[in-house]
Amino acid sequence: MLETKSLVCGYDNFLLKGISFKVNFSELVGIIGPNGSGKTTLIRAITKLVRPKEGKIIYQGKDITKLSFKELAKEIAVVSQDAYFPDMVKVKDFVLLGRIPHFKKFQFLETNKDLEIVEEVMKLTGILEIKDRFLKETSGGERQLVLIARALAQEPKLLLLDEPTAYLDITHKIKILDLIRKLNKKYSLTVLIVLHDLNLASQYCDRLILLKEGKIYKIGTPSEVLTYQIIEEVYQTVVIVKENPFNFRPYVFLVSEEEMKRRRKDEKKRINSDLYR
Amino acid sequence: MNKRLINWLSWSSILILAVFIVMFLSLCIGSVKVSLSQIFNPSDRIIKEILFKIRLPRIILGFAVGGALAIAGVILQGLFRNPLVEPYTLGISGGAGVFVCLNIVLKIYQKFGVITFPISGFVGAGLVIILVYILSIKKGKLRIQGLLLTGVMISFISSSLIMLIMAMTKAENLHGIVFWIMGSLEEPNIFLVKMTLLVSILGLLISCIFSLDLNAFSCGEKEAHHLGVDVEKTKKLLFILASVLTGVCVSVAGIIGFVGLLVPHLMRMLVGEDHRILLLSSYLCGAGFLIFSDTLARTIISPLELPVGVITGIIGGSLFIYVLTKRGR
Repeated sequence: MLETKSLVCGYDNFLLKGISFKVNFSELVGIIGPNGSGKTTLIRAITKLVRPKEGKIIYQGKDITKLSFKELAKEIAVVSQDAYFPDMVKVKDFVLLGRIPHFKKFQFLETNKDLEIVEEVMKLTGILEIKDRFLKETSGGERQLVLIARALAQEPKLLLLDEPTAYLDITHKIKILDLIRKLNKKYSLTVLIVLHDLNLASQYCDRLILLKEGKIYKIGTPSEVLTYQIIEEVYQTVVIVKENPFNFRPYVFLVSEEEMKRRRKDEKKRINSDLYR
Repeated sequence: MNKRLINWLSWSSILILAVFIVMFLSLCIGSVKVSLSQIFNPSDRIIKEILFKIRLPRIILGFAVGGALAIAGVILQGLFRNPLVEPYTLGISGGAGVFVCLNIVLKIYQKFGVITFPISGFVGAGLVIILVYILSIKKGKLRIQGLLLTGVMISFISSSLIMLIMAMTKAENLHGIVFWIMGSLEEPNIFLVKMTLLVSILGLLISCIFSLDLNAFSCGEKEAHHLGVDVEKTKKLLFILASVLTGVCVSVAGIIGFVGLLVPHLMRMLVGEDHRILLLSSYLCGAGFLIFSDTLARTIISPLELPVGVITGIIGGSLFIYVLTKRGR
């Protein structure tokens, strides 16, 4: 579905240095990594916000530089952190903006089909009750849902999300990630999601791409990527990894470095080795 | 039929009706009163002269300039995502003013004809837009807060420059500059009136083509990009359009402030934020508003005449302060 071939790109001070990976159809892939490791830049490269200096991004067999912005917007939708919410726009009108790429040249008005799709995605994201509210009257969690609804209104085949759960409470975190997984499983929507929270990434993603300083450090299933050796190497911090008793996926515990210094090193090794005997 | 379309059509018809009423009112009122029946059937030769040689061109110019300034405001507000931005507050009118002044002083218009007035206006307006945009961008991000301050400062600089030009010029030019700078819809050159009308209506049509793109801009430039809008190209075209509209208006009517602030503000409250209706309704409302203000300006202390910019300035400036303080809370 999506493939990057030794991608080199970014701004002057920071570069993605040779990123190659594949995302298969109907997969839910997470991108993790420390701050400044290139997660957002990667998303921006895929949406043509930054030009690759070297390498290629192939979407369904086509080089994305050959696709127009409009063609791309019909295929790939983005839930980014850059969104600005105009106060006096109603939720339903904001979601309708997602239909813009499907408007024909000189088409001025939305068709009934557009309105049906908007209604449908609002139902799917559970914002039908607030559709007549102005954006200024919505909460942070609701806005994130509105943003996802707008992205879905584009009828994308690939959905990119850049930390959709940042700044949200746990209720909304779970609500949004459950929604994304439902879209992924039920509608075979391919998802590429940037997550900061390793445990959420572990729980929801089929595969994880771990970035470090603009390079892929490790790519694989959550249990392959989230081992304490790898995390400690990439994040330069001490962690303990255990199995989540509910879904048997790795769970990362953060440990105070000061406390760890006071205790014996082998104690930590003993706790960690329970999982990887 | 689409509910939204019906709503839009009714707003447009109300506004068109209002514009017509204001037009007829403006034709009738003045130092010489004319009744409605005389408009359609002018018997007197003098009344005919007054109606079609003096009042009608003025009304047409008011229509064109009011509409153009209003949509220039809407376009700039859409691009900068700030409801307080408009040609006057961004200093674009001022920039156009400096260049028109230079044109008068250097007598360029005597060599190449009156067409140089709108062209010099456009050049000045365009330069200021580019300047404001570059100054307000930092690290690829638009800093909305600094924008207005930059604009107001450019306005100050432009008016100082105009004063400098006036101080250095000969007395014969001074009259031309003062007459023009006060902001009057009296334009003896019928060619310029026609051209302004043409540019203004073309501007409306072109901006309407971009109305969906402007809607996409409302959630930020990067988001517009994600919605399939060619951001850089659209931005350039719209900036050029706004400078053409402002430049032409300033060159024929002087600096008339706040139309682009007042009118879109009112329209946003009435018809909403959707640019597909906001542009057209602002155009009509701006046209009606300026004709109305001009009628007021030439009757309120009759037989003397107020510059129309005084009236828009008082109403618009008060609104500007009101909105600014309300937003700060």
